[in-house]
Formats: sequence, C-alpha cells, structure tokens
Amino acid sequence: MASTQTESTTLGMPATAANLKSQRVAFGVMLAFFAIAPFFVYPVLLMKVMCFALFACAFNLLIGYGGLLSFGHAMYFGAAGYVCAHAAKVWGVTPEIAILLGTAASALLGVLTGLLAIRRQGIYFAMITLALAQMIYFFCIQAPFTGGEDGIQAVPRGKLFGMIDLANVTAMYALVFVVFVAGFLLIYRIIHSPFGNVLKAIREHEPRALSLGYDTDRYKVLAFVLSASLAGLAGATKALVFQLASLTDVHWTMSGEVILMTLLGGLGTVFGPVVGALIIVGMENYLAQLGAYVTAAQGAIFVVCVLAFRRGVIGELGRVLKTSL
Amino acid sequence: MLKRILFIAATMVLTVGAAQADLSDNMVKIGVLNDQASLYADLGGQGSVVAARMAAEDFGASKKGIKVEIVAADHQNKADVGSNIARQWYDVDKVDMIVDVPNSGVALAVNQLTRDKGKAFIAVGPATADLTGKACSPNTVHWAYDTWMLANGTGRAIVQTGGDTWFFLTSDYAFGHALERDTEAVVLKNGGKVLGKVRHPINTQDFSSFLLQAQSSKAKVIGLANAGGDTINSIKQAAEFGIVKGGQSLAGLLVFLSDVHSLGLDKAQGLIFTETFYWDLNDQTRAFSKRFAALHNGRMPTMVQAGVYAGVLHYLKAVEALKSDDGTKVIAKMKELPTDDPAFGKGRIRQDGRKIHPAYLFEVKKPSESKYPWDYYKVRATIPAEQAFRPEKDGECPLVK
Amino acid sequence: MDTIFGVPIQALFGQLLIGLINGSFYALLSLGLAVIFGLLNIINFTHGAQYMMGAFCAYFLSTKLGIGYWWSLLLAPIAIGAIGIVIERLMLSRLYQLDHLYGLLLTFGLALIIQGSFTHEYGTSGIPYPMPSELSGGQNLGFMFLPNYRAWVIVASLVICVATWFVIEKTKLGSYLRAATENPALVQAFGINVPRMITLTYGFGVALAAFAGVMAAPIYQVNPLMGVNLIIVVFAVVVIGGMGSIMGSIVTGFGLGVIEGLTKVFYPEASNTVIFVIMAIVLMWRPAGLFGQR
Repeated sequence: MASTQTESTTLGMPATAANLKSQRVAFGVMLAFFAIAPFFVYPVLLMKVMCFALFACAFNLLIGYGGLLSFGHAMYFGAAGYVCAHAAKVWGVTPEIAILLGTAASALLGVLTGLLAIRRQGIYFAMITLALAQMIYFFCIQAPFTGGEDGIQAVPRGKLFGMIDLANVTAMYALVFVVFVAGFLLIYRIIHSPFGNVLKAIREHEPRALSLGYDTDRYKVLAFVLSASLAGLAGATKALVFQLASLTDVHWTMSGEVILMTLLGGLGTVFGPVVGALIIVGMENYLAQLGAYVTAAQGAIFVVCVLAFRRGVIGELGRVLKTSL
Repeated sequence: MLKRILFIAATMVLTVGAAQADLSDNMVKIGVLNDQASLYADLGGQGSVVAARMAAEDFGASKKGIKVEIVAADHQNKADVGSNIARQWYDVDKVDMIVDVPNSGVALAVNQLTRDKGKAFIAVGPATADLTGKACSPNTVHWAYDTWMLANGTGRAIVQTGGDTWFFLTSDYAFGHALERDTEAVVLKNGGKVLGKVRHPINTQDFSSFLLQAQSSKAKVIGLANAGGDTINSIKQAAEFGIVKGGQSLAGLLVFLSDVHSLGLDKAQGLIFTETFYWDLNDQTRAFSKRFAALHNGRMPTMVQAGVYAGVLHYLKAVEALKSDDGTKVIAKMKELPTDDPAFGKGRIRQDGRKIHPAYLFEVKKPSESKYPWDYYKVRATIPAEQAFRPEKDGECPLVK
Repeated sequence: MDTIFGVPIQALFGQLLIGLINGSFYALLSLGLAVIFGLLNIINFTHGAQYMMGAFCAYFLSTKLGIGYWWSLLLAPIAIGAIGIVIERLMLSRLYQLDHLYGLLLTFGLALIIQGSFTHEYGTSGIPYPMPSELSGGQNLGFMFLPNYRAWVIVASLVICVATWFVIEKTKLGSYLRAATENPALVQAFGINVPRMITLTYGFGVALAAFAGVMAAPIYQVNPLMGVNLIIVVFAVVVIGGMGSIMGSIVTGFGLGVIEGLTKVFYPEASNTVIFVIMAIVLMWRPAGLFGQR
C-alpha cells in the first residue's frame, strides 16, 4: 500500500536507538495501564480490549508490514473461537490446551487460505480473502458442532494446567494479560527481525525484492500464517473470557471492525492497533445506548481516517514526537 | 432519539419510601433485555419496557414501600452482546432480574448466566422449549409461548380440521429445525403426511424459488417454520405468487400481532397460527390493552409484551411475599403462588419453570371482516392450559421429580 | 422421462425463470459497480447502501409527496445519483492518487454511516411498499405462475443493461469514457473535461443502484439492511465477470442468478455459498475474470 502513498509516514523509519527508547516507554505505559485499570474499569471489558488488541496487532502484521489487505480475517478469529469452545466444553480439555487447539486450527486455516490467496495481489487478494471468509461463515452456520445461530454456549473456563480455577476473575485476567503481552512481544520480534525486513521490502517494491533473490511468495504465505495464528490465539482466548463462541465472530463485519481498529490506531505502527482496539471497544461499550448510531459513528471514523487521518492516532503521535511508535 | 437515550439511560424510581424488606441494596432492579432496533423490535422492544413499567405501577410499589427501578438494553439478537450486557448488569449494575430476551440463542446464554449468579430470569420473548426442558433452571421462568406449544397448537388443530398434507419452509438454523421437527411429529401423530420440506438460509430476501417448490408439491398446508422478517417475506411473496388464491393455506408457526400489522390484512388474511394472548379476547384483556396502547403510540400489546407485564407483576408479588429479591428464592416463590393478571387470567407456574395458560388457534380476518383498528384475528379453537404445553415429564428437566 | 435428478422438468423451468429474475437484480447492481470500477478504479462498497436509499427514496416519495412507482423509477435514481455526485466531489476525488484500497475503505465507511443511521431511525423489520396496480396479478404459464411484476423486472433490467452497454461500447460518449480509463491525461489534453466525466459516471453508477432499489421495493420489504448481504454477492459477480467489463457483469449477473436458482432446488443450504465458491475458482484460474482484460 505504501507504494502509491504520496506522503511520508513513519512506516519506513528504522529501529534506531531513539525509536527503541520511545517504544520501550510506550510498552511500559501499556503494561502499567492494563495492570492498574482493572481496579477502576470492569475487568471483563478490559479482557475484551486485550483480545481485540491482539487480533488487531496480528492483522496489522499482514497489512502494515506486509502490505496485504485481508478482508476476511474474522475467519481465523472466529474459527479458533469455535474450536477452543468445543474443545473446552465437549472434549473437556484444560483451558491452555483448548487455546492451543484453537490457535492450531486457525494456523491450519491460514496455511490453506494463504496458499490460495497469495497467488493474486491487491484488490483481487482482498476479494479472495472475502470469498474464503464467506465460505467459512456459511460452513459455521451449517456445521452441527458450531450450534448455528445459538453458537457454543456455557463454555467452561476450566482450571489452568489443572490447578488454577479460571472462574476467578483475577486468574482469568492474569491469563489474558499474559497471552496478550506474549503475543504482542512475538509480533514485535517478527517485525524487527530479518524476516520482517524482507516483508517490508516486499511491501515497498515486490519486483525489486524478487530480483534480489527472495522467494516472495514463501515470505507472504509465512506472514499470512503468522497473522492468522495470532488472530486465532486472540479468538480462542476471547471464547474463554466470554464463555461463548458465536457467528458474530466469523461474520464479515468483524473483518471490517479489525480493519477499522488498525486504521484508526495507525497502520504499520507498533502500538497503533492496541490503541485502536481500546477506542473502538470502549466506544461500543459506553455508547451502546445510541444503538445503531454506533455503526454510523464507526463509519464516520473510517471516512475521517481515510480522508484526513491516514496515519492513525499513533502514527500522528509518532510524527509529532518525531519517533516511531 | 434523544427521548430514547434519556429513557433508556434514565432509571425509573417509583418510590422514595424506606424499604422494610431484605432487598439487595434496598431496591428491586429489573432489566428489560431485548431487540430494540431489528427483527423483534416491534414484537417486544420499547413496548416491553412500557409493559414492565405498567406492571410495577399496577403492583403499587410506592404504596407498599418497595423501590423498583427499571433499566433496558438492546441485545441486537447477538448471543455475545446479550450475554455481555447481562453479565455487566449482574456484576456491576446490581440488576436482580432480567425479563424478555427474544432470540433463543441469547436466552440460553442469559439462562446459564442467571443460574451461575443466582439471580432471576423471566423469559418471555424466546421460543426454545429447552428452557423448560434440558436447560431448565431453578432461576428461570418461561412465560407466554414455546416451540412445543406452537407446534402442537397449530399443527394439531390444522390437521384435525382437514389440513393433512404439509410442506415445510424452514429457516435453516437450530430454532427453525426444532420448530419443523416438533410440528412434523404432531402432524404425523395426528394422521397427516409431510410431502416435502425445504430449508432456506436465515434472512433470505427472496423466497420465490422455495415457494415454487411448495406450490408444486400440492400440499394443502405450507408450514412456515421461520420467524420475523423471513416469515413476513414468505407471506408477502406467497401472496404475489397466488398461493392462497390457488387453494393452499399458509400456517405461520411463529407469527405475532406486530407481523400481521406490518403485513396488512390483504396479505396476511387466512393465516393460521397459535398465540396465548390477543388484546381483543375478553373484557379484561381489552381494558389492559387499551391502557397499554395509550402509553405506547396507540399500538396494541403483542403476546410478548403482555407476557412481560404479567411476568413482572407476578415477580413483584413474589418479592413482596418473600420480602427478599434473592433470585433463586423468588423464582421458587413464584412457582408456589398462583398467578392472576388481566392479560392471561388465572394460571400457575410448573416445577420446570413453565408458566401455563390456555392457547388459542387464531385465523387472520379478511380485510372486509375487520371493523376497527387492530381487529385482526378470529378465534378458531381454544386449547386448555394443561394440554397446550409439553407434559412436564416429557421435558427431561432435572428439576421435575 | 419427466424428472432430472428427482426434480420434475416443469419445476426446473420455473426455478430457471426465477433465477433469471434474481439475476436481473444482480446484473443491474453489478453493472453499476463495473461502470464505476471501470472508469474510476474505485470499489464502491457504498453501492448496497445506495440501492437501499433508492428503495427508501421511493418510499418517501410515495408517503410524503404522493408520488407513485412509475415516477419514482425516474426521480429516485436522479436524487440518489445527485447524492453520489456530491460524495464523489467532496471525498472520493481526493483519493485517486492513492492505492485503490483506500477508496474501498472510504466507501465501506460511508456504507456503515448510511446503514447505521437508517437502521436507527427505521429499525430493520422492513416497511411495506405497495405494488403498482398495473403490474399486480400474474400469468399462469403452465409450469408455474409468473407474477407480472417479476416479468417486468426481467424486461426492465435487460433494457437498461443493454442500453448502458450500447452507450459505453458503441457511442462517442462511451468511447471518450473508455479512453479516459486508459489514459486520462491524454484525453484531457484533447480538451475533454475528464474530472466532470468521472463525476457524472459515478453518479450514473449510483443511479443504477438506486433504480434497482426502486424495482426491489414492491417485492422485498424496504429495510435498511437490504443492501448489506447483497453487496457481498454483487462483488462476487463483478469479480467473476471481470472488474471493468460491462458485458461481463451483465452476463455473469444473469448467469449467476440462474446458477443460484438451480442450487436452491438441488441443495438449498448451499445457495448462499455457491457464488463464492465460483468466485474463488475463477480467481484462481482466470484472475481478470471471465470477460476482463486486465
């Protein structure tokens, strides 16, 4: 996407020492926020924010750094949720196994869909991901184990490692916090690794990367699978938090929401998706009385971001502070 | 819209009197959770909130020194939204009882949550008979209707009056399947035959292809095992394709007054279905409904809105008798006390949580037969309360000994 | 033999005809999208919402101004097309130098705004719109009863589609449009006002959507979400047909309507998915679409 942008962004800024320092500070702020906030704000809401933040970060990996807009990311988020819920409820496995199973399912889905979608670029890529997501959605409606419109309900949170009872809010919150931070750090590591650099090179100018000898398809599929798995991790965790897996999580409007969160927060920034998730989830929660106007408000944010605010909240903040967040 | 925000956000405190009862934080807080803006908004929606308010007032909370507060929220027909709101209501906002909740998926989620937290749930909107069956709970009462009652009421009555060959048009999800399965069982048991069935995806706009199949099956009755917008669309397009004129009749397995009102009599005429309440049934229901309509834009109450009224009224009586709003205990008390209200008359709540009342087989009048606004139904048959609902022993409910 | 796979031939013909009717809507809508994408390279996600606005416009014209169906067929597209022109001038035109995907996101956002606002005001149970009396009733064709209105839908769509194709492919105005798609700078150098042409083209595409909305109003309830699931299907149609190809979207629209109709007979649960399966297959095998050139 950056190839036709006419304005400079913070996307290409290298990980200089100054950047690293400001990112460390931001990381500290984020940790502190999520550690202290549950004493003031309803913890379940914060857990929701963390799950969506991880989802958005995973999505950002693909679009912000890989330049690939997937319009079907909900399929990984939702499918993992279903598998995790089913594993926890029907097979009775402990929560960490359930989450891992969910993540594995979305990874597998990522491999299959990635191999198919990668063969095209740009808008066609987006359309294929949308088509595939729709097929997964209809599969979820039909398949008996997903419970169709009712979803999988009364999912037990279980005992972590067989010992820690997750019905306890503090324990559950701690688990979600650990999952989120681990996922975030993993993404950070991927972005700032040689693999991440090649990905950025492919995003900027694929023919040049090809001419340098990189097998761009393989890198793209790998990025796709990583993004899908982490989205699945978020989805599986969310299923345990709410003890429910439903069709909302595989519907294409969920794909639209994660795009919105990432766009609002800042495409291609490290902390953007987290902030975007925080704002959107918060908005949905506190403005719930406005009913369908919340959708309209989200649309308005989309429009404003695309027209005048393409760098997103963190992107603008970074530009003002002259650093890369 | 501002009024709606204010109304939803504002709480209605009915009295300032000191509470003598052992009520959690000295007040009874009731949450009306339903669909405010989409498929079921006319069925329950704002009307249910009005009904709950009416019940609290008729109960005379102020005179009895009990503080009642009513809040409302929109679950958008999504299980996750509904269960989040319910969870937050119970954990943070100290709501004691949730009422209405159309959409069986959401209702099942709220049912479980209410049980986990020991609160009370009066389900009026949802259809699933599992709420008093496999998923029955000591914290839940199911009012107004359920899939078994619908299947038995409509199915049996139609077969016995000559409609013995059926074709099903079913919404392809759990609720639709259940309704089709229950109705098919009834049809077969009463000597009828099912000539065919077709499943359509939920929220289908165009039924022409499915209606064509129904037409060519030549079944006497086309059973619509779907709800809301799907039902309205099927009926509308059936009229377009001349189905009723061609001699087949439509059996709406889940139709409400609001659907008929939205379709208009020229499209809905001849439709046969079962409900447990109609505003024009008797003097008591008429008086109640006119009072309701005065508070709700002149719209007569639907079965669900009447159920919310009756449920809240009985709940408050139980709270008063018990002098506590502990969910599990109040529900138990509600089962002990016989019910009596202007909407459903006298009745009782069974051990499995099922409120029983007589069911009526209605037929929609032709436009020429309707003499005044909202004069839509004529009564074809009455099914006594004890027969209208699934026998307690058949429900697999662990609460029934 | 009078059955195919257990379905009587008569019933099959009926379903094919119904498929053609649905295909008419797909064709009309995908035509608008193809026209817009062909010239502007914008994926107009708002198309579904504009279709819905067309239906609502017909409803308002009827209830507030007493204007009937036939006039609405003319006035609603003009009104909604005008709104489209405003959108293009104020917002879309700023995005032409950027990646196509920003246009997609903008129109997606606009669709959310429009749908959210209408849903809040009108709920989603649907508002009935009366069928024009001249077209009510139907013909008994032997193998099925065909409502007159549905026959009208096929005829009207075919006329509009063919007329549009003719204008774009065979007239001078159309050739300017096609040239501007290839090389706007050169065409502008010839003295043709390219930006105005682009604006009017967007308006025309939107008007097509609104026209489809008015046509849909008497048979489907007028409701704020009527475009939401339709838009995804129409995208699939356009992609399969070839994103800039007018003929492609018309043929594919009708064709897919028929295929969907047949699926409803043999395997109804999959009738929603079959279009996407086909889209995925076509994208793999022929990414430019069946009729596309790029």
